[in-house]
Amino acid sequence: MSTDAVLYDHPGPKAKARNLVLTIVFGLAVLGLLYWIYSRFDEKGQWAGSLWKPFTYGSTWTDYILPGLQGTLQAAAVAMVLSLVFGVLFAVGRLSDHWWVRLPAGAIVEFFRAVPLLLLMFFIFFGVPFITEQPMSIFWAVVLGLTLYNGSVLAEAFRAGVYSVPRGQSEAAYAVGMRKSQVMTHILIPQAARAMLPVIVSQLVVLVKDTALGYIISYSELLQLGVNNLSANYGNVLQAAIVAAAIYIIVNSILTGVAGWLSRRTRRKGRAPRAAGAATQQATIEPGLGGGGGA
Amino acid sequence: MDVFSDPLNRDVYITGFLWILKLTLAGGVGALVLGVVLAAMRVSPVPVLRGFGTAWVNIFRNTPLTLIIFFCYFGLFSTLGFSVVDDIDLNNFWLGVIGLSVYTAAFVCEAIRSGINTVPAGQAEAARAIGMTFIQTLTIIVLPQAGRAVIAPLGSILIALCKNSTIVGTIGLMESSNAMKDLINANGNAVIPIFLVFAGTFAIVLIPTGYGFGWLANRLAVKR
Repeated sequence: MSTDAVLYDHPGPKAKARNLVLTIVFGLAVLGLLYWIYSRFDEKGQWAGSLWKPFTYGSTWTDYILPGLQGTLQAAAVAMVLSLVFGVLFAVGRLSDHWWVRLPAGAIVEFFRAVPLLLLMFFIFFGVPFITEQPMSIFWAVVLGLTLYNGSVLAEAFRAGVYSVPRGQSEAAYAVGMRKSQVMTHILIPQAARAMLPVIVSQLVVLVKDTALGYIISYSELLQLGVNNLSANYGNVLQAAIVAAAIYIIVNSILTGVAGWLSRRTRRKGRAPRAAGAATQQATIEPGLGGGGGA
Repeated sequence: MDVFSDPLNRDVYITGFLWILKLTLAGGVGALVLGVVLAAMRVSPVPVLRGFGTAWVNIFRNTPLTLIIFFCYFGLFSTLGFSVVDDIDLNNFWLGVIGLSVYTAAFVCEAIRSGINTVPAGQAEAARAIGMTFIQTLTIIVLPQAGRAVIAPLGSILIALCKNSTIVGTIGLMESSNAMKDLINANGNAVIPIFLVFAGTFAIVLIPTGYGFGWLANRLAVKR
């Protein structure tokens, strides 16, 4: 059901008048809320120029925000590649005909989807050095945590995608004499990836946001450098947090926009398998530990 | 398992998970109420409300929860002097609940809106044809059917909320992940058992919860 104008009639004169009144009332309420925030800021002197001015200095950007963004994007990019690999491997593992591959793969995927990412990162960063008896690199602790969690979620997405490929595809592939591994790599995975593209990209947005957890184990990312360290110098936590949030929102909106563009494109060219729409629906609606926004 | 035979350590473990439980429950209620209201706003005939709902979702869905919780503490509490109660732990708890609620509400809103999309247009048209108002159409006809369609996604959101509540540890609450960190640092010889107990607790509770929601969703799905 399209939500526009199905839930309510095309407004007549009375409804128009009522909507106008509601618009004014709620408009005033929103303005009131904004004013309340403004006055709260004002009361605590948060509009002082000295707190906002640092964002016009070049050094603020080159010393704090851009290196922070670089740290965030670096960890996100490496973790994206690794978790896609992890996802494909474990999706194939879970679909294996051999129980000794299927069961461990399933257990690993279910386990890492159920464990909070922060707990995992703490274990990798603080716990693993006790076992290996050498210090753990912060970068790899963040990337490893992100990979294990998001890779497991992606494994489930790929699996749902493989199920969405019509049976005839693999039957035809077997009929022309392809081996099991060929059917998987040549026929099923490419179609599954295409069908699940929206789900995969939205998981990548989750991954970008999850890099902020690196702040807690003091990895030099946007929150650490751009908010924590910057505000240590200028005393402008609030302002720095707002700027950092804006940067995150821009980066993620770009990713989301790419996802929407990709899914429109796939649909238009009719490249997605027939059942793909249903499968995407299934995957987004399917219960599970992934999705739901991550951190 | 020697670590957990020490009553002090066991206390740390239990307190940690009690905080998680409280955060999940309080955050879940807050997010559900806020999310339903936001979803209603996003489909309402009043443009200002639609804009407000859309802005909320776009802002909070794209900001990391860590930053939101950070903001709740350093911005809302330290800088603007907003506090709920005097007790430090309890105040951090409520700041965490605020952060979790506003963040999760964005996801609840989107889930419910996608649920509204699964209700056939004829339902709302029929409701309008017999003269129901927008509020009546929404609350009597559309939301009950939409609610049954979104049990599974709401379940995933609840599970994500439970896992996300560990992030409130950033502002000093001794929830499970901080508890685990302390136990690991104090007992370097038992790192793996400690991790397995903490992670296992989450897995044992959350994996069946996920399947339970799946079962419930199937049972309650509107058969069309």
